[in-house]
Amino acid sequence: MAEIRLPKNSRVTPGKHWPAPQGAGKVKTFKVYRYDPDSGQNPRWDTYDVDVSQCGPMVLDVLIHIKNTIDPTLTFRRSCREGICGSCAMNIAGRNTLACTHGHEECPGDKVSISPLPHMPVVKDLIPDLTLFYAQYASVEPWLKTETPEPQKEWAQSPQDREKLDGLYECILCACCSTSCPSYWWNQEKYLGPAALLHAYRWIIDSRDEATGERLDELEDPFKLYRCHTIMNCAQVCPKGLNPAKAIAEVKKMLVERVV
Amino acid sequence: MAEASRVVRERPTSPHTTIWRWHLTMATSILHRFTGIALYGGALIAAAWAISLAGGPDTYETYKAVMGSILGKAVLFALTLAAFYHLGNGVRHLTWDLGFGLDVKSANASGVGVIAFAVAATLAVWVIAGMTGAL
Repeated sequence: MAEIRLPKNSRVTPGKHWPAPQGAGKVKTFKVYRYDPDSGQNPRWDTYDVDVSQCGPMVLDVLIHIKNTIDPTLTFRRSCREGICGSCAMNIAGRNTLACTHGHEECPGDKVSISPLPHMPVVKDLIPDLTLFYAQYASVEPWLKTETPEPQKEWAQSPQDREKLDGLYECILCACCSTSCPSYWWNQEKYLGPAALLHAYRWIIDSRDEATGERLDELEDPFKLYRCHTIMNCAQVCPKGLNPAKAIAEVKKMLVERVV
Repeated sequence: MAEASRVVRERPTSPHTTIWRWHLTMATSILHRFTGIALYGGALIAAAWAISLAGGPDTYETYKAVMGSILGKAVLFALTLAAFYHLGNGVRHLTWDLGFGLDVKSANASGVGVIAFAVAATLAVWVIAGMTGAL
């Protein structure tokens, strides 16, 4: 059910303010969600006045700059810094994206809010617990399923059939889409979410896969698939420019087509 | 053992509606839900109209007085808007279900289109109503 208000232990309180150092160049303010599981206190918004002339152009550069020079307790995930690992997915200025590929100049307003991916259990600071998200991905059995005996070489596929996987295989499982989706916010125990469904479709239309019927059966459920109401937040935020909403619509279409 | 006996605090939920910067498609989606609910109320008003007719001239006059008041007209205007919006967005959903217009650019454009249609159609209906003396 839609719970618009955050539960009591999750309400964010005002936190510390970290002013810019003397003689700072260009100062920009970042409002960052902080949660320390050891403190026993509610999460808080800390604000950092950052001299952005001292750090790189991306929001991840700003976060690393804060951690290195202002507040070493700030905790976040990051790895590749080039938009392929998906680790630094977070909500920046109200939209889910990758901190490493999102420039702080692109953020509107003079105060940039940075919080963990929305409506997720927070482990610490900007780190959400993605256990459920990964379990949902695993539940679509994202591997090739076949009946026919294995060929001598690899499973062949025509260039045309291979093209059908474009716009799907590029997903890096950063969880920006699923955690942008209000349906997923309210029903994440039952609704698979855009990312898992995009992957489900990726295997459904793979010409080499021979479990298409079973895969569709698995999705024919009032919640798993049909909680998608085409709100389109998934496609709006995907940092890789993919379109889970379209993939979900295609699955819905296939489910109709096989009964008419 | 101190580590094992430590009470684990339930993890907080990260903020969602309070921090989200809305997209047009998100707004049109929730508006579809709201206008749908409003139209249930509209159906009751229409049913009340039929009931008042069946109730004879006096009840009908009362109904006309209530719905003809400024407040009644405001409600009817809002319902007209809701009906046209819900109609237009319903067609938008049908095209989506056929697999068309699902890219972000088209979805944003069709959202603007549906809102424009709802406003224009509502104004047209009320202008026509005014000109024919139905108001």
